[in-house]
Amino acid sequence: MTRHTLSVLVENKSGVLARVSALFSRRGFNIESLAVGPTENPDLSRMTIVVDAESQPLEQITKQLNKLIEIIKIVELDGGAAVQRELLLVKVRAPLAERTQVLQTAELFRARVIDVNTDTVTLEATGTPDKLQALLAVLAPLGIKEMAQSGTVALGRGPRAMSGAGTLRPVERSA
Amino acid sequence: MTTTPHEAPSREAAEALTGVETTARSVAESAAEPATGITGAQSLVRSLEAVGVEVIFGIPGGAILPAYDPLFDSAVRHVLVRHEQGAGHAATGYAQATGRVGVCIATSGPGATNLVTPLADAYMDSVPMVAITGQVPSAAIGTDAFQEADIRGITMPVTKHNFLVTSAEEIPQRIAEAFHLASTGRPGPVLVDIPKDVLQATTDFAWPPRMDLPGYKPTTRPHSKQVREAATMIAGASRPVLYVGGGVIKAQATEELAALAELTGAPVVTTLMARGAFPDSSPQHLGMPGMHGTVAAVTALQKSDVIVALGARFDDRVTGQLSSFAPEALVVHADIDPAEIGKNRKADVPIVGDAKETIAQLVEALRAEHAAGRTPDLAAWWTQLDDWRDRYPLGYDWPEDGALSPQYVIERLGAIAGPDAIYTSGVGQHQMWAAQFIKYEKPGTWLNSGGLGTMGYAVPAAMGAKYGCPETTVWAIDGDGCFQMTNQELATCAIEGIPVKVAVINNGNLGMVRQWQTLFYEGRYSNTKLHARNADGTPKPVRIPDFVALAEALGCVGLRCESKDDVDAVIEKAMAIDDAPVVIDFVVGADAQVWPMVAAGASNDAILAARDLRPVFGEGQV
Repeated sequence: MTRHTLSVLVENKSGVLARVSALFSRRGFNIESLAVGPTENPDLSRMTIVVDAESQPLEQITKQLNKLIEIIKIVELDGGAAVQRELLLVKVRAPLAERTQVLQTAELFRARVIDVNTDTVTLEATGTPDKLQALLAVLAPLGIKEMAQSGTVALGRGPRAMSGAGTLRPVERSA
Repeated sequence: MTTTPHEAPSREAAEALTGVETTARSVAESAAEPATGITGAQSLVRSLEAVGVEVIFGIPGGAILPAYDPLFDSAVRHVLVRHEQGAGHAATGYAQATGRVGVCIATSGPGATNLVTPLADAYMDSVPMVAITGQVPSAAIGTDAFQEADIRGITMPVTKHNFLVTSAEEIPQRIAEAFHLASTGRPGPVLVDIPKDVLQATTDFAWPPRMDLPGYKPTTRPHSKQVREAATMIAGASRPVLYVGGGVIKAQATEELAALAELTGAPVVTTLMARGAFPDSSPQHLGMPGMHGTVAAVTALQKSDVIVALGARFDDRVTGQLSSFAPEALVVHADIDPAEIGKNRKADVPIVGDAKETIAQLVEALRAEHAAGRTPDLAAWWTQLDDWRDRYPLGYDWPEDGALSPQYVIERLGAIAGPDAIYTSGVGQHQMWAAQFIKYEKPGTWLNSGGLGTMGYAVPAAMGAKYGCPETTVWAIDGDGCFQMTNQELATCAIEGIPVKVAVINNGNLGMVRQWQTLFYEGRYSNTKLHARNADGTPKPVRIPDFVALAEALGCVGLRCESKDDVDAVIEKAMAIDDAPVVIDFVVGADAQVWPMVAAGASNDAILAARDLRPVFGEGQV
């Protein structure tokens, strides 16, 4: 699988998410994860899209995205040039006898306990997708009751930003 | 490129907008006067006047009704069609014939959904078009209200862009943006959906409005380094082909193309969407490439060493099996849409830009190459091309049963109506024959549904074209299958005084599907016979429908022709009628076939010049 993380600045208007997801659907592009949220500019939203670009070249995906009128800019954030994080909430079986083990695991992964009761503990962890996978692998034998995981969000390293002065170079201009 | 939101439209964008709809009338100037305390509907009609709209094709209904009241007094003419699909294709035909933006209007729900097919059609063929739809009142949206359909959601995949207007203040801006988007960059359809309460609200009007499209910046100026590289590649080619697509017509770049062709001396092929971009009378023109292209055009691309693609998109109907398409060719691909470049075929020299500017710069760069002594010798290539052309010309056989040949009818129609006429067609065999056997000399004279393949396109598109070009003879060449999908618009033509001419190539069948059944399904004619028939499938001697009677019922002159000897006379008779639409029912043989042909999915190397006739290209040939 060839994963790429695209950071996409879009106009903060109704229907933009539908346009983007419909584009992926009808062109047969695969989305690994998608996270949408506000930016420092209230007129813009940022979509962080992790794509599987094996079946379709990344270039075609970004070119088609760029044709959407409400997309302002697309930057690929990959490898060491970017920081990437996901958020994980996981409810783990933790009866008193096994609770210490759960809490130690949480500590090792710098996860926080955000809810606790007699039977379970809910942990909050952030990190790269790899780190969260590792955490889940350790917790699995203890019994994962339920979990919720966000898509990846990412920012480029260094002083530059996607908009404003000293911008990151976008991929392909729109039609 | 840095983009700040809410910046004022660029000067080029503003110029492009004012250039969208320049009509001789001064409607635009007077309409652009500011106004206060008017309704959203009045603001809409003023906006349409200000942007220079001459005509709208549409049908009123509940949600759009407020707009029809000010439209009643407007200088913008409204043509009341019989079905919204007719409105959409009429807008497309108008746009293709005039180069302006075509406009259609419909009410919410079914009115709007009936526009989906023409929108998809215009999207595939990159036709500048604006569709305005009424929507249920804002408060009712999402409640499954009467005649509610989420037309913005429905048309997202088949429009360049679409809007749901949420306040009356937005109307001028959205209309300006819609026309700008439709007509610039790669043209396409834009839908503006307006709820009824927005049309009824009180607002002010000022023109021109500020446009706010921060994410839209089409690249029109080609990169000069890419152009020079392309020129070097072309100058070094020994077997070049200019592969011309519809973008050349959209960009009004046919003069530039003529200069490029003359300078390079290279063969030219024009796709289905580009017929007329280069004169068929030119000896450099090899005809149409693709599934039903000429042997010379298909094979020239296949054996070329450099393909210069101009406003074309390597559609599957042109390339055949992609993996074996033009295996030795380097590709220069110039298109205004960067997403088309490299989508199907890798481009060795990609050029993003408007075809007119790109070709003009390419001509300059090639002159420099020639001045530096790099002038290719194409004599051997032309010897080869002429050999293919001489041995495998377009042709047809007369039906063995003595029936009228459809190809002959179309050939005679083209000869008699001539290259100044506009021809529209439906989709199928008659479309391919009209592309093959009519000689096109000028852009904008051949209008058809290329990408989507929409049966029923011909009659309403002819109506739109004739409205836009009233002095020009407009012929709709239609099949009997297609004609039965949209002929109701002939009533519109008769009543509104739009005297189109229709040649129904009536073979009593869905001819192209029948041809495939003959070739690929052992002649099992499953559900392709349109004529009345006996239990054993043989035709009954009754005409259902009787196209002459149908034409007359629709207020047209109905004529019929069943023999070769009458063809010229009946066409001449139709040409002489100027005050009413005319329909000629050409009753032709059912088994005529479209040749040459590359079977779907097959390699272009496997082209058949005629049934069971594979051209021999010879050992040791290029």
